[in-house]
Amino acid sequence: MTPEEPTAHLPRLFDAGSSSFVAALRQQAPDAVPPILNGPLPPELRSQLVDGTTVLAVVARDGVVIAGDRRATAGHVISRGDMRKVFPADDSSAIAISGAAGPAMELARVFATELEHYEKVEGEPLSLEGRSNKLAGLVRAHLPLAMQGLVVVPLFAGVDQRTGDRGIFEYDPVGGRYRATDCAATGSGALSARTTLKRLADPDAEIGTAIRTAVEALFNAAEEDSATGGPDLIRRIYPIVAVIDQDGYRELDDEEVAGHVEAVIDTLRR
Amino acid sequence: MATPFYVSPEQMMKDRAEYARKGIARGRALVAVEFAHGVVFVSENPSRSLYKTSEIYDRIGFAAVGRYNEFESMRVAGIRLADVKGYQYAREDVTAKSLANAYSQALGAIFMGAEAKPYEVELLIAEVDGDEDAARHELYHILYDGSIVDESRFVAIGGETEPLSEVLESRWEPELDRDAAVRLCVAALGETAGRDVAPDRLEVSGLDSTRSRRRFFRLRDRELATALDAG
Repeated sequence: MTPEEPTAHLPRLFDAGSSSFVAALRQQAPDAVPPILNGPLPPELRSQLVDGTTVLAVVARDGVVIAGDRRATAGHVISRGDMRKVFPADDSSAIAISGAAGPAMELARVFATELEHYEKVEGEPLSLEGRSNKLAGLVRAHLPLAMQGLVVVPLFAGVDQRTGDRGIFEYDPVGGRYRATDCAATGSGALSARTTLKRLADPDAEIGTAIRTAVEALFNAAEEDSATGGPDLIRRIYPIVAVIDQDGYRELDDEEVAGHVEAVIDTLRR
Repeated sequence: MATPFYVSPEQMMKDRAEYARKGIARGRALVAVEFAHGVVFVSENPSRSLYKTSEIYDRIGFAAVGRYNEFESMRVAGIRLADVKGYQYAREDVTAKSLANAYSQALGAIFMGAEAKPYEVELLIAEVDGDEDAARHELYHILYDGSIVDESRFVAIGGETEPLSEVLESRWEPELDRDAAVRLCVAALGETAGRDVAPDRLEVSGLDSTRSRRRFFRLRDRELATALDAG
Protein backbone atom coordinates (compact mmCIF):
# COMPACT_ATOMS: atom_id res chain seq x y z
CA MET A 1 0.00 0.00 0.00
CA THR A 2 1.29 3.44 -0.86
CA PRO A 3 1.50 5.79 2.10
CA GLU A 4 -0.12 8.66 0.20
CA GLU A 5 -3.24 6.68 -0.70
CA PRO A 6 -4.09 4.29 2.13
CA THR A 7 -7.59 3.71 0.82
CA ALA A 8 -6.53 3.01 -2.78
CA HIS A 9 -6.98 -0.74 -2.34
CA LEU A 10 -10.21 -0.59 -0.39
CA PRO A 11 -13.34 -1.56 -2.36
CA ARG A 12 -14.92 1.30 -4.28
CA LEU A 13 -18.57 2.24 -3.86
CA PHE A 14 -21.12 0.26 -5.85
CA ASP A 15 -18.41 -1.59 -7.73
CA ALA A 16 -20.01 -4.61 -9.42
CA GLY A 17 -16.59 -6.23 -9.75
CA SER A 18 -15.84 -5.91 -6.04
CA SER A 19 -16.42 -9.63 -5.42
CA SER A 20 -14.36 -10.70 -8.39
CA PHE A 21 -10.84 -12.02 -8.02
CA VAL A 22 -9.91 -11.29 -11.63
CA ALA A 23 -10.97 -7.66 -11.17
CA ALA A 24 -8.78 -7.45 -8.05
CA LEU A 25 -5.88 -9.04 -9.93
CA ARG A 26 -6.20 -6.54 -12.79
CA GLN A 27 -6.12 -3.71 -10.29
CA GLN A 28 -3.39 -4.93 -7.95
CA ALA A 29 -1.12 -7.06 -10.13
CA PRO A 30 -1.77 -6.27 -13.79
CA ASP A 31 1.45 -8.10 -14.75
CA ALA A 32 -0.07 -11.38 -13.55
CA VAL A 33 -2.93 -11.18 -16.05
CA PRO A 34 -2.00 -12.98 -19.29
CA PRO A 35 -1.04 -10.44 -21.96
CA ILE A 36 -3.01 -10.11 -25.18
CA LEU A 37 -0.69 -10.75 -28.12
CA ASN A 38 -1.22 -9.97 -31.75
CA GLY A 39 -0.38 -12.01 -34.82
CA PRO A 40 -0.42 -15.72 -35.51
CA LEU A 41 1.51 -18.27 -33.51
CA PRO A 42 4.78 -19.35 -35.23
CA PRO A 43 4.55 -22.98 -36.41
CA GLU A 44 7.72 -24.05 -34.55
CA LEU A 45 6.13 -22.89 -31.30
CA ARG A 46 2.82 -24.48 -32.21
CA SER A 47 4.42 -27.94 -32.50
CA GLN A 48 5.78 -27.66 -28.94
CA LEU A 49 2.47 -26.78 -27.35
CA VAL A 50 0.96 -29.39 -25.10
CA ASP A 51 -2.66 -30.33 -25.67
CA GLY A 52 -4.96 -32.04 -23.22
CA THR A 53 -7.55 -34.30 -24.70
CA THR A 54 -10.70 -36.07 -23.60
CA VAL A 55 -12.81 -35.12 -20.59
CA LEU A 56 -16.45 -35.94 -19.91
CA ALA A 57 -19.23 -35.71 -17.34
CA VAL A 58 -22.33 -37.78 -16.58
CA VAL A 59 -25.38 -36.95 -14.49
CA ALA A 60 -26.56 -39.54 -11.96
CA ARG A 61 -29.56 -39.59 -9.63
CA ASP A 62 -27.71 -38.15 -6.62
CA GLY A 63 -24.98 -36.15 -8.27
CA VAL A 64 -22.61 -35.86 -11.18
CA VAL A 65 -19.49 -37.75 -12.24
CA ILE A 66 -16.68 -35.96 -14.05
CA ALA A 67 -13.65 -37.73 -15.51
CA GLY A 68 -10.68 -37.26 -17.79
CA ASP A 69 -7.94 -39.35 -19.37
CA ARG A 70 -4.29 -38.71 -18.52
CA ARG A 71 -2.62 -38.16 -21.88
CA ALA A 72 -1.13 -34.90 -23.10
CA THR A 73 0.17 -34.56 -26.63
CA ALA A 74 2.48 -32.10 -28.42
CA GLY A 75 1.89 -32.45 -32.14
CA HIS A 76 2.27 -36.17 -32.83
CA VAL A 77 4.29 -36.85 -29.69
CA ILE A 78 2.82 -38.06 -26.42
CA SER A 79 4.28 -35.53 -24.01
CA ARG A 80 2.78 -36.77 -20.74
CA GLY A 81 1.00 -39.88 -19.61
CA ASP A 82 -0.05 -38.66 -16.18
CA MET A 83 -1.60 -35.27 -16.73
CA ARG A 84 -4.44 -34.07 -14.53
CA LYS A 85 -7.39 -32.57 -16.37
CA VAL A 86 -10.04 -32.64 -13.64
CA PHE A 87 -9.79 -30.06 -10.87
CA PRO A 88 -12.06 -29.23 -7.95
CA ALA A 89 -13.46 -25.73 -8.54
CA ASP A 90 -14.92 -25.50 -5.02
CA ASP A 91 -16.61 -27.83 -2.54
CA SER A 92 -19.48 -28.68 -4.85
CA SER A 93 -18.26 -28.32 -8.41
CA ALA A 94 -15.40 -29.30 -10.67
CA ILE A 95 -13.81 -28.09 -13.87
CA ALA A 96 -12.31 -30.39 -16.49
CA ILE A 97 -10.15 -28.99 -19.25
CA SER A 98 -9.24 -29.82 -22.81
CA GLY A 99 -7.23 -27.91 -25.37
CA ALA A 100 -3.97 -25.99 -24.93
CA ALA A 101 -2.74 -27.37 -21.60
CA GLY A 102 -0.90 -24.33 -20.26
CA PRO A 103 -3.71 -21.78 -20.58
CA ALA A 104 -6.26 -24.44 -19.66
CA MET A 105 -4.63 -25.27 -16.34
CA GLU A 106 -4.29 -21.56 -15.63
CA LEU A 107 -7.99 -21.16 -16.38
CA ALA A 108 -8.84 -23.88 -13.88
CA ARG A 109 -6.69 -22.17 -11.22
CA VAL A 110 -8.11 -18.71 -11.83
CA PHE A 111 -11.63 -20.11 -11.80
CA ALA A 112 -11.15 -21.93 -8.48
CA THR A 113 -9.62 -18.79 -6.93
CA GLU A 114 -12.46 -16.71 -8.32
CA LEU A 115 -15.12 -18.93 -6.71
CA GLU A 116 -13.37 -19.01 -3.34
CA HIS A 117 -12.84 -15.24 -3.47
CA TYR A 118 -16.51 -14.61 -4.14
CA GLU A 119 -17.54 -16.95 -1.35
CA LYS A 120 -15.28 -15.25 1.18
CA VAL A 121 -16.24 -11.71 0.22
CA GLU A 122 -19.98 -12.34 -0.03
CA GLY A 123 -20.24 -14.96 2.71
CA GLU A 124 -22.26 -17.24 0.41
CA PRO A 125 -21.15 -19.45 -2.47
CA LEU A 126 -22.32 -18.60 -6.00
CA SER A 127 -25.27 -20.49 -7.43
CA LEU A 128 -24.46 -23.21 -9.95
CA GLU A 129 -25.81 -21.02 -12.74
CA GLY A 130 -23.66 -18.13 -11.51
CA ARG A 131 -20.54 -20.27 -11.41
CA SER A 132 -21.13 -21.52 -14.96
CA ASN A 133 -21.68 -17.96 -16.21
CA LYS A 134 -18.51 -16.80 -14.51
CA LEU A 135 -16.58 -19.54 -16.32
CA ALA A 136 -18.14 -18.48 -19.65
CA GLY A 137 -16.80 -14.98 -18.99
CA LEU A 138 -13.31 -16.32 -18.32
CA VAL A 139 -13.37 -18.37 -21.54
CA ARG A 140 -14.60 -15.32 -23.46
CA ALA A 141 -11.77 -13.20 -22.05
CA HIS A 142 -9.48 -15.82 -23.51
CA LEU A 143 -10.68 -15.15 -27.07
CA PRO A 144 -7.49 -13.41 -28.30
CA LEU A 145 -5.47 -16.51 -27.37
CA ALA A 146 -8.07 -18.75 -29.04
CA MET A 147 -7.67 -16.71 -32.23
CA GLN A 148 -3.98 -17.64 -32.22
CA GLY A 149 -4.82 -21.31 -31.98
CA LEU A 150 -4.51 -21.66 -28.21
CA VAL A 151 -8.02 -22.97 -27.81
CA VAL A 152 -9.25 -23.88 -24.33
CA VAL A 153 -12.53 -25.70 -23.89
CA PRO A 154 -13.58 -26.48 -20.32
CA LEU A 155 -16.34 -28.65 -18.99
CA PHE A 156 -18.04 -27.65 -15.76
CA ALA A 157 -20.12 -29.90 -13.52
CA GLY A 158 -21.54 -29.41 -10.08
CA VAL A 159 -24.38 -29.54 -7.61
CA ASP A 160 -26.17 -26.44 -6.35
CA GLN A 161 -26.04 -26.78 -2.57
CA ARG A 162 -29.14 -24.68 -2.03
CA THR A 163 -31.46 -26.28 -4.59
CA GLY A 164 -29.82 -29.71 -4.99
CA ASP A 165 -29.80 -29.08 -8.74
CA ARG A 166 -27.19 -31.16 -10.65
CA GLY A 167 -25.76 -29.64 -13.78
CA ILE A 168 -23.21 -30.06 -16.54
CA PHE A 169 -22.15 -27.14 -18.73
CA GLU A 170 -20.28 -27.30 -22.02
CA TYR A 171 -18.46 -24.36 -23.59
CA ASP A 172 -17.17 -23.42 -26.98
CA PRO A 173 -13.88 -21.55 -27.63
CA VAL A 174 -15.55 -18.15 -27.75
CA GLY A 175 -17.33 -18.51 -24.42
CA GLY A 176 -20.65 -19.96 -25.53
CA ARG A 177 -22.25 -21.84 -22.65
CA TYR A 178 -24.53 -24.82 -23.16
CA ARG A 179 -26.27 -26.78 -20.47
CA ALA A 180 -26.11 -30.49 -21.17
CA THR A 181 -29.10 -32.64 -20.27
CA ASP A 182 -27.46 -35.80 -18.96
CA CYS A 183 -23.94 -36.12 -20.33
CA ALA A 184 -21.22 -34.18 -22.13
CA ALA A 185 -17.74 -34.74 -23.52
CA THR A 186 -15.13 -32.44 -24.96
CA GLY A 187 -11.65 -32.78 -26.46
CA SER A 188 -10.26 -34.81 -29.34
CA GLY A 189 -11.83 -38.09 -28.22
CA ALA A 190 -15.20 -36.51 -27.50
CA LEU A 191 -16.88 -37.98 -30.54
CA SER A 192 -16.36 -41.62 -29.60
CA ALA A 193 -16.84 -40.90 -25.89
CA ARG A 194 -20.20 -39.36 -26.70
CA THR A 195 -21.29 -42.46 -28.59
CA THR A 196 -20.78 -44.54 -25.46
CA LEU A 197 -22.29 -41.91 -23.19
CA LYS A 198 -25.43 -41.63 -25.30
CA ARG A 199 -25.91 -45.36 -25.11
CA LEU A 200 -25.30 -45.75 -21.38
CA ALA A 201 -26.00 -42.43 -19.61
CA ASP A 202 -29.06 -42.53 -17.39
CA PRO A 203 -29.82 -39.54 -15.14
CA ASP A 204 -31.74 -41.80 -12.74
CA ALA A 205 -28.89 -44.28 -12.29
CA GLU A 206 -26.86 -44.79 -9.11
CA ILE A 207 -23.54 -42.98 -8.80
CA GLY A 208 -21.67 -46.29 -9.20
CA THR A 209 -23.34 -46.93 -12.57
CA ALA A 210 -22.47 -43.43 -13.74
CA ILE A 211 -18.82 -43.95 -12.75
CA ARG A 212 -18.75 -47.17 -14.75
CA THR A 213 -20.29 -45.33 -17.74
CA ALA A 214 -17.65 -42.60 -17.52
CA VAL A 215 -14.79 -45.11 -17.35
CA GLU A 216 -16.19 -47.09 -20.27
CA ALA A 217 -16.64 -43.97 -22.40
CA LEU A 218 -13.02 -42.93 -21.75
CA PHE A 219 -11.86 -46.44 -22.58
CA ASN A 220 -13.71 -46.39 -25.90
CA ALA A 221 -12.44 -42.89 -26.70
CA ALA A 222 -8.86 -44.11 -26.12
CA GLU A 223 -9.42 -46.94 -28.58
CA GLU A 224 -10.63 -44.62 -31.34
CA ASP A 225 -8.56 -41.49 -30.75
CA SER A 226 -4.74 -41.49 -30.75
CA ALA A 227 -4.55 -38.42 -28.51
CA THR A 228 -6.61 -40.01 -25.72
CA GLY A 229 -4.78 -42.27 -23.30
CA GLY A 230 -6.24 -45.53 -22.10
CA PRO A 231 -5.65 -46.84 -18.58
CA ASP A 232 -1.92 -47.56 -18.16
CA LEU A 233 -2.05 -50.96 -16.47
CA ILE A 234 1.75 -51.29 -16.36
CA ARG A 235 2.41 -48.09 -14.43
CA ARG A 236 -1.01 -48.11 -12.79
CA ILE A 237 -2.04 -44.73 -14.14
CA TYR A 238 -5.82 -44.58 -14.32
CA PRO A 239 -8.25 -41.89 -15.46
CA ILE A 240 -9.11 -39.29 -12.85
CA VAL A 241 -12.72 -39.75 -11.81
CA ALA A 242 -14.49 -37.42 -9.38
CA VAL A 243 -17.97 -37.55 -7.88
CA ILE A 244 -19.89 -34.48 -6.77
CA ASP A 245 -23.00 -35.02 -4.68
CA GLN A 246 -24.66 -33.47 -1.62
CA ASP A 247 -21.54 -34.32 0.42
CA GLY A 248 -19.33 -32.36 -1.94
CA TYR A 249 -16.43 -33.11 -4.25
CA ARG A 250 -14.67 -36.45 -3.87
CA GLU A 251 -12.01 -37.99 -6.08
CA LEU A 252 -11.93 -41.74 -6.44
CA ASP A 253 -8.65 -43.35 -5.42
CA ASP A 254 -6.66 -45.45 -7.89
CA GLU A 255 -7.89 -48.82 -6.56
CA GLU A 256 -11.51 -47.81 -6.96
CA VAL A 257 -10.96 -46.61 -10.54
CA ALA A 258 -8.89 -49.74 -11.26
CA GLY A 259 -11.88 -51.86 -10.19
CA HIS A 260 -14.13 -50.11 -12.71
CA VAL A 261 -11.46 -50.36 -15.42
CA GLU A 262 -11.12 -54.11 -14.78
CA ALA A 263 -14.88 -54.51 -15.03
CA VAL A 264 -14.93 -52.75 -18.39
CA ILE A 265 -12.00 -54.81 -19.68
CA ASP A 266 -13.68 -58.07 -18.53
CA THR A 267 -16.66 -57.46 -20.79
CA LEU A 268 -14.34 -57.03 -23.78
CA ARG A 269 -11.93 -59.92 -23.11
CA ARG A 270 -12.30 -62.98 -25.33
CA MET B 1 -12.70 32.25 3.79
CA ALA B 2 -11.73 32.40 7.43
CA THR B 3 -8.20 31.36 8.39
CA PRO B 4 -8.32 28.05 10.30
CA PHE B 5 -7.17 28.12 13.89
CA TYR B 6 -3.74 26.73 14.65
CA VAL B 7 -3.94 23.30 16.29
CA SER B 8 -0.70 21.79 17.57
CA PRO B 9 0.15 18.34 16.18
CA GLU B 10 0.05 16.85 19.69
CA GLN B 11 -3.44 18.17 20.24
CA MET B 12 -4.61 16.98 16.84
CA MET B 13 -3.35 13.43 17.41
CA LYS B 14 -4.87 13.41 20.88
CA ASP B 15 -8.21 14.53 19.52
CA ARG B 16 -8.18 11.97 16.74
CA ALA B 17 -7.22 9.17 19.14
CA GLU B 18 -9.95 10.15 21.57
CA TYR B 19 -12.47 10.25 18.76
CA ALA B 20 -11.51 6.77 17.56
CA ARG B 21 -11.36 5.31 21.08
CA LYS B 22 -14.80 6.63 21.95
CA GLY B 23 -16.30 5.21 18.77
CA ILE B 24 -14.80 1.79 19.43
CA ALA B 25 -15.80 1.75 23.11
CA ARG B 26 -19.45 2.29 22.18
CA GLY B 27 -19.57 -1.14 20.50
CA ARG B 28 -19.56 -4.54 22.11
CA ALA B 29 -16.34 -6.41 22.83
CA LEU B 30 -14.97 -9.42 21.03
CA VAL B 31 -12.77 -12.05 22.62
CA ALA B 32 -10.32 -14.38 20.96
CA VAL B 33 -8.94 -17.37 22.85
CA GLU B 34 -6.33 -19.87 21.80
CA PHE B 35 -7.14 -23.52 22.26
CA ALA B 36 -5.11 -26.66 21.61
CA HIS B 37 -5.72 -26.71 17.85
CA GLY B 38 -6.60 -23.16 16.97
CA VAL B 39 -8.28 -19.93 17.93
CA VAL B 40 -11.92 -19.07 18.64
CA PHE B 41 -13.55 -15.65 18.20
CA VAL B 42 -16.65 -14.97 20.30
CA SER B 43 -18.71 -11.80 20.42
CA GLU B 44 -22.21 -10.67 21.14
CA ASN B 45 -23.77 -9.84 17.80
CA PRO B 46 -27.53 -9.54 17.44
CA SER B 47 -27.28 -9.70 13.65
CA ARG B 48 -27.51 -13.09 11.97
CA SER B 49 -25.82 -11.98 8.78
CA LEU B 50 -23.64 -8.92 9.41
CA TYR B 51 -20.60 -10.63 10.83
CA LYS B 52 -17.62 -9.27 12.71
CA THR B 53 -15.41 -12.22 11.84
CA SER B 54 -14.44 -13.72 8.52
CA GLU B 55 -12.26 -16.14 6.69
CA ILE B 56 -9.36 -14.44 4.92
CA TYR B 57 -7.33 -17.34 3.63
CA ASP B 58 -6.66 -21.01 4.29
CA ARG B 59 -5.07 -20.51 7.71
CA ILE B 60 -5.95 -16.88 8.38
CA GLY B 61 -8.99 -15.42 10.09
CA PHE B 62 -10.18 -11.87 10.68
CA ALA B 63 -12.12 -10.35 13.56
CA ALA B 64 -13.06 -6.73 14.08
CA VAL B 65 -14.96 -4.34 16.32
CA GLY B 66 -16.07 -0.81 15.69
CA ARG B 67 -17.79 0.76 12.75
CA TYR B 68 -19.16 -1.89 10.41
CA ASN B 69 -18.72 -0.10 7.08
CA GLU B 70 -15.09 0.64 7.89
CA PHE B 71 -13.99 -2.82 8.97
CA GLU B 72 -16.03 -4.45 6.21
CA SER B 73 -14.04 -2.64 3.53
CA MET B 74 -10.81 -3.56 5.35
CA ARG B 75 -11.93 -7.19 5.45
CA VAL B 76 -12.54 -7.27 1.69
CA ALA B 77 -9.21 -5.55 1.04
CA GLY B 78 -7.51 -8.25 3.13
CA ILE B 79 -9.16 -11.07 1.20
CA ARG B 80 -8.05 -9.42 -2.04
CA LEU B 81 -4.48 -9.04 -0.91
CA ALA B 82 -4.36 -12.64 0.31
CA ASP B 83 -5.93 -14.11 -2.84
CA VAL B 84 -3.74 -12.08 -5.20
CA LYS B 85 -0.61 -13.13 -3.27
CA GLY B 86 -1.63 -16.76 -3.06
CA TYR B 87 -2.35 -16.81 -6.78
CA GLN B 88 0.97 -15.21 -7.73
CA TYR B 89 3.13 -17.27 -5.37
CA ALA B 90 1.85 -20.25 -3.40
CA ARG B 91 -0.88 -20.77 -0.87
CA GLU B 92 1.57 -21.28 2.01
CA ASP B 93 3.28 -17.96 1.24
CA VAL B 94 0.26 -16.00 2.44
CA THR B 95 0.94 -15.12 6.07
CA ALA B 96 -0.91 -13.30 8.81
CA LYS B 97 2.21 -11.27 9.55
CA SER B 98 2.35 -9.57 6.16
CA LEU B 99 -1.39 -9.05 6.18
CA ALA B 100 -1.26 -7.53 9.68
CA ASN B 101 1.51 -5.22 8.49
CA ALA B 102 -0.60 -4.09 5.55
CA TYR B 103 -3.53 -3.34 7.88
CA SER B 104 -1.25 -1.54 10.27
CA GLN B 105 0.18 0.65 7.48
CA ALA B 106 -3.27 1.47 6.15
CA LEU B 107 -4.80 2.30 9.55
CA GLY B 108 -1.69 4.29 10.48
CA ALA B 109 -1.87 6.40 7.33
CA ILE B 110 -5.61 6.96 7.76
CA PHE B 111 -5.07 7.99 11.39
CA MET B 112 -2.33 10.43 10.43
CA GLY B 113 -4.80 12.40 8.39
CA ALA B 114 -5.13 10.86 4.97
CA GLU B 115 -8.85 10.65 5.63
CA ALA B 116 -11.15 13.23 7.17
CA LYS B 117 -11.40 11.17 10.36
CA PRO B 118 -9.60 8.14 11.77
CA TYR B 119 -11.22 4.74 11.34
CA GLU B 120 -13.06 3.61 14.46
CA VAL B 121 -11.97 -0.01 14.24
CA GLU B 122 -9.80 -2.54 16.00
CA LEU B 123 -8.74 -5.65 14.13
CA LEU B 124 -7.46 -9.10 15.02
CA ILE B 125 -5.66 -11.24 12.47
CA ALA B 126 -5.11 -14.83 13.52
CA GLU B 127 -3.17 -17.60 11.87
CA VAL B 128 -3.02 -21.26 12.83
CA ASP B 129 -0.25 -23.47 11.63
CA GLY B 130 1.13 -26.92 12.15
CA ASP B 131 -0.85 -30.05 12.91
CA GLU B 132 -2.28 -31.80 15.94
CA ASP B 133 1.12 -32.46 17.51
CA ALA B 134 2.81 -29.12 17.02
CA ALA B 135 0.29 -26.30 16.81
CA ARG B 136 1.58 -22.77 16.29
CA HIS B 137 -0.78 -19.83 16.53
CA GLU B 138 -0.28 -16.15 15.79
CA LEU B 139 -2.56 -13.35 16.91
CA TYR B 140 -2.04 -9.77 15.75
CA HIS B 141 -4.03 -6.99 17.34
CA ILE B 142 -4.13 -3.82 15.23
CA LEU B 143 -5.42 -0.60 16.76
CA TYR B 144 -7.14 2.39 15.15
CA ASP B 145 -3.83 4.29 14.89
CA GLY B 146 -2.00 1.44 13.17
CA SER B 147 -0.11 0.23 16.21
CA ILE B 148 0.24 -3.50 16.18
CA VAL B 149 0.55 -5.89 19.11
CA ASP B 150 1.51 -9.53 18.90
CA GLU B 151 -0.82 -11.25 21.37
CA SER B 152 -0.86 -14.74 22.79
CA ARG B 153 -3.21 -16.97 24.82
CA PHE B 154 -6.21 -14.62 24.69
CA VAL B 155 -7.15 -11.08 23.80
CA ALA B 156 -10.22 -8.88 24.15
CA ILE B 157 -10.90 -5.99 21.78
CA GLY B 158 -13.53 -3.26 21.73
CA GLY B 159 -15.23 -1.85 24.81
CA GLU B 160 -14.79 -3.18 28.38
CA THR B 161 -11.61 -5.04 27.60
CA GLU B 162 -10.03 -4.78 31.03
CA PRO B 163 -12.62 -6.73 33.04
CA LEU B 164 -12.74 -9.28 30.20
CA SER B 165 -8.99 -9.72 30.27
CA GLU B 166 -9.09 -10.19 34.05
CA VAL B 167 -11.65 -12.97 33.79
CA LEU B 168 -9.74 -14.65 30.97
CA GLU B 169 -6.45 -14.31 32.86
CA SER B 170 -7.87 -16.13 35.86
CA ARG B 171 -9.54 -18.95 33.90
CA TRP B 172 -7.48 -19.55 30.78
CA GLU B 173 -5.38 -22.68 30.69
CA PRO B 174 -3.29 -24.26 27.96
CA GLU B 175 -4.56 -27.20 25.90
CA LEU B 176 -8.23 -26.28 26.14
CA ASP B 177 -10.43 -28.08 23.65
CA ARG B 178 -12.46 -26.01 21.21
CA ASP B 179 -15.77 -26.19 23.03
CA ALA B 180 -14.19 -25.40 26.39
CA ALA B 181 -12.59 -22.32 24.81
CA VAL B 182 -15.98 -21.22 23.46
CA ARG B 183 -17.56 -21.70 26.90
CA LEU B 184 -14.77 -19.72 28.54
CA CYS B 185 -15.36 -16.82 26.13
CA VAL B 186 -19.13 -16.89 26.64
CA ALA B 187 -18.71 -16.99 30.43
CA ALA B 188 -16.30 -14.04 30.32
CA LEU B 189 -18.68 -12.01 28.13
CA GLY B 190 -21.62 -12.86 30.41
CA GLU B 191 -19.80 -12.00 33.63
CA THR B 192 -18.55 -8.70 32.31
CA ALA B 193 -21.97 -7.73 31.00
CA GLY B 194 -23.59 -8.86 34.27
CA ARG B 195 -26.17 -11.01 32.46
CA ASP B 196 -26.39 -14.20 30.44
CA VAL B 197 -25.84 -13.79 26.74
CA ALA B 198 -28.42 -15.79 24.79
CA PRO B 199 -26.90 -18.21 22.24
CA ASP B 200 -28.84 -16.64 19.37
CA ARG B 201 -27.06 -13.35 20.04
CA LEU B 202 -23.59 -14.91 19.88
CA GLU B 203 -21.29 -14.93 16.92
CA VAL B 204 -18.85 -17.82 17.30
CA SER B 205 -16.22 -18.66 14.73
CA GLY B 206 -12.54 -19.45 14.56
CA LEU B 207 -9.71 -21.39 13.04
CA ASP B 208 -9.10 -25.07 13.65
CA SER B 209 -5.79 -26.46 12.42
CA THR B 210 -7.15 -30.02 12.34
CA ARG B 211 -9.49 -29.12 9.49
CA SER B 212 -8.35 -29.68 5.92
CA ARG B 213 -7.23 -26.74 3.76
CA ARG B 214 -9.75 -24.05 4.76
CA ARG B 215 -9.37 -23.87 8.54
CA PHE B 216 -12.05 -21.27 9.22
CA PHE B 217 -15.26 -22.46 10.84
CA ARG B 218 -18.44 -20.82 12.11
CA LEU B 219 -20.61 -22.39 14.80
CA ARG B 220 -24.33 -21.81 14.38
CA ASP B 221 -27.57 -23.11 15.85
CA ARG B 222 -27.21 -26.79 16.71
CA GLU B 223 -23.42 -26.92 16.53
CA LEU B 224 -23.20 -23.92 18.84
CA ALA B 225 -25.75 -25.38 21.25
CA THR B 226 -23.72 -28.61 21.40
CA ALA B 227 -20.52 -26.68 22.10
CA LEU B 228 -22.17 -24.67 24.87
CA ASP B 229 -23.83 -27.70 26.48
CA ALA B 230 -20.85 -30.03 26.62
CA GLY B 231 -18.56 -30.30 29.61
